[in-house]
Amino acid sequence: MAESLIKVKNLVKYFPIKSGVLQRVTGYVKAVDDVSFEIARGKTMGLVGESGCGKTTIGRTILRLYEATSGTVEYDNLNLFDVSRSELRKLRPQIQMIFQDPYSSLSPRMPVGEIIGEAVREHRIVPPDQYRSYIIETMEQCGLQKHQIDRYPHEFSGGQRQRICIARAIALKPRFIVADEPVSALDVSIQAQIINLMTDLQNEMDLTYLFISHDLSVVEHISDFVGVMYLGDLVEYGSRDRIFAKPLHPYTKALFSAVPVPDPARKMSRIILEGDIPSPANPPSGCKFHTRCPMRMPICSEEIPQTITYPNGHQVACHLYTKDQPEAGDTDES
Amino acid sequence: MKDSYIKNTIMNRLRKTKLKGSSKARRAGMRKLRHVNRENQRLMNQYERTQKKVTIKPSDYQCEMRDQKNVVEFDNLQTHFFTDMGVVKAVDGVSFDVPKGKTVGVVGESGCGKSVTSLSLMRLVQRPTGQIIGGQIRYNNGTETVDITKVPIHKIQKIRGNEIAMIFQEPMTSLNPVFTIGSQIDEIIKLHNPGMSKKAIRGKSIEMLRVVGIARADGIYHSYPHELSGGMRQRAMIGMSLACDPKLIVADEPTTALDVTIQAQILDLLRNLKDKVDASIMLITHDLGVVAEMADEVVVMYAGRVIEKGTALEIFQDPKHPYTVGLLNSKPSVNKSVSRLYSIPGNVPNPINMPGYCYFKDRCDKRMPICDGDYPPMIKISDTHLVACWLWSEEVLRNG
Repeated sequence: MAESLIKVKNLVKYFPIKSGVLQRVTGYVKAVDDVSFEIARGKTMGLVGESGCGKTTIGRTILRLYEATSGTVEYDNLNLFDVSRSELRKLRPQIQMIFQDPYSSLSPRMPVGEIIGEAVREHRIVPPDQYRSYIIETMEQCGLQKHQIDRYPHEFSGGQRQRICIARAIALKPRFIVADEPVSALDVSIQAQIINLMTDLQNEMDLTYLFISHDLSVVEHISDFVGVMYLGDLVEYGSRDRIFAKPLHPYTKALFSAVPVPDPARKMSRIILEGDIPSPANPPSGCKFHTRCPMRMPICSEEIPQTITYPNGHQVACHLYTKDQPEAGDTDES
Repeated sequence: MKDSYIKNTIMNRLRKTKLKGSSKARRAGMRKLRHVNRENQRLMNQYERTQKKVTIKPSDYQCEMRDQKNVVEFDNLQTHFFTDMGVVKAVDGVSFDVPKGKTVGVVGESGCGKSVTSLSLMRLVQRPTGQIIGGQIRYNNGTETVDITKVPIHKIQKIRGNEIAMIFQEPMTSLNPVFTIGSQIDEIIKLHNPGMSKKAIRGKSIEMLRVVGIARADGIYHSYPHELSGGMRQRAMIGMSLACDPKLIVADEPTTALDVTIQAQILDLLRNLKDKVDASIMLITHDLGVVAEMADEVVVMYAGRVIEKGTALEIFQDPKHPYTVGLLNSKPSVNKSVSRLYSIPGNVPNPINMPGYCYFKDRCDKRMPICDGDYPPMIKISDTHLVACWLWSEEVLRNG
């Protein structure tokens, strides 16, 4: 495995619930509960899960947009939660984010050139005399045209806006990008354009992505490694090929079988989960998935399953598997 | 009052469009806008007058179905919006049938007119800007056949929600937040069955909630929409739409706002219910996967027109129109890895001032000299499979 650029260790983020006149803390929403993973340089990790499972919170906590409750995030062997404000400011250009909704994440009062260039100027990425030509170069790299530099976001379509968001991120010459559902708000034909753009940029600039999405087919296409989340826990993690070929966790299996396949001839045996996701403020005891799990056992409601790591890097947190079960995590490295 | 309205809209328009240049040019721009506005007003008034007519003879709206097996036949439907920017032809000559007991999937990207088609069927297009200006929507309720575009308002109110029910995209915005789920379902049953007693209505509502798989139906009856999760709300919406035993259910993106696991539950529910209540479903979605799974027949729309229709197997295994092919290839699919996704270049064209030639020509990688000519007609591939593309016309096929 190549050297890791990002190492997330035991990351925990609780949001306090305040109530009453005195705004006393009456409980916590356990958005992210003890999650660890690593992302190798130049690779893409896909993070999947249903809404409210904490995918976005992980992305934002890594960027220190939220302060973590506990745990560490190492970027290039530097603990991001320890660095001072001025140091963090120096690191900011290297870690960028692309947001979900290209309609609300662009200021309607700024022309495109200014949106892309604001941070470039602020961080002095290029000398002032090359500023404009650099912006144009970045725009062209992202498939926007030179003459559009003075236009405003409302003059663009959804796909083009997402290109602007990507241009804004890569203009700072980042090394790591958190892409939070970058294609969810776009039409299918535009989605493909944006995904291709992101893979091209990754090859050109040696970028590392954390790709957050609920769309499994998109994640399968773009990721090298996949993490599956449920209610703040990382229930399964492994290389893309392994996870999609041989999912272990019952939740992953159900999630994959729920994806509609555009082929009417293929009738899948579908695992339909009962009920909804429980509230993260009051998660079930033991394994959080046991309330909906089709394969639950008595132990599931009592004991929290430990994460098992197989020699090939496949991790799973489920009572169905034990470390010395060779058939579950067979030895071939994919 | 009307004059001031026109003046205000023109001024607003001008402010927005930032007309630069000399005052002469500005005046010319203003004149043009005023002209568009007058023309729109004239047309809208004309359509409004026919809409508001109460006394319409039954012979004016009764008609004959082409095929008795169909519930609804769209025949060259045209729904236009008269905006200050010009006329938007949101639906421009759409024809397809919904057979009894079948599911018809309508697919297309945003802005292709799929929702407007369904709203036209319900006569819910935003008036006075939006008007059905031509074509027929023939609807057969078993006893008589009517043309939905012509029936008087009091008659459509008996059909809407009763015989044709609609499930909307966002269950949060389409349920009223200040009434309980129960009272909202009660209202529909009461409206369409005036003779029913309160107790019977309540019983029917709770039964409906049970049918859609809500376990605690009595409790949910008294809850407000915000107390339910997205999936539960959509279930309640489906229960509401089924309350009057509809002949046709129009589902407009019923699962777009939901998670995949919940989506699987809802689709499963819809499929089971369809057989139980013996209704047809018109499923409107942009998700090709959902269509493949649910639909018996598929209609592909692009820029307000049907470009291809056929059975699900024909569309997904043997797509003929370059747009359908592109759409299918650009969707990444689980367990089918490709190194690079196919992407259709360019964007959906501007709905105002559509060209005279094929709307897809500018994005098409198979365009030929003939594509500069007229808009292609629907060409028959098989009895059920039709495509609007010159690639499959006789002369092109003959010349190879």
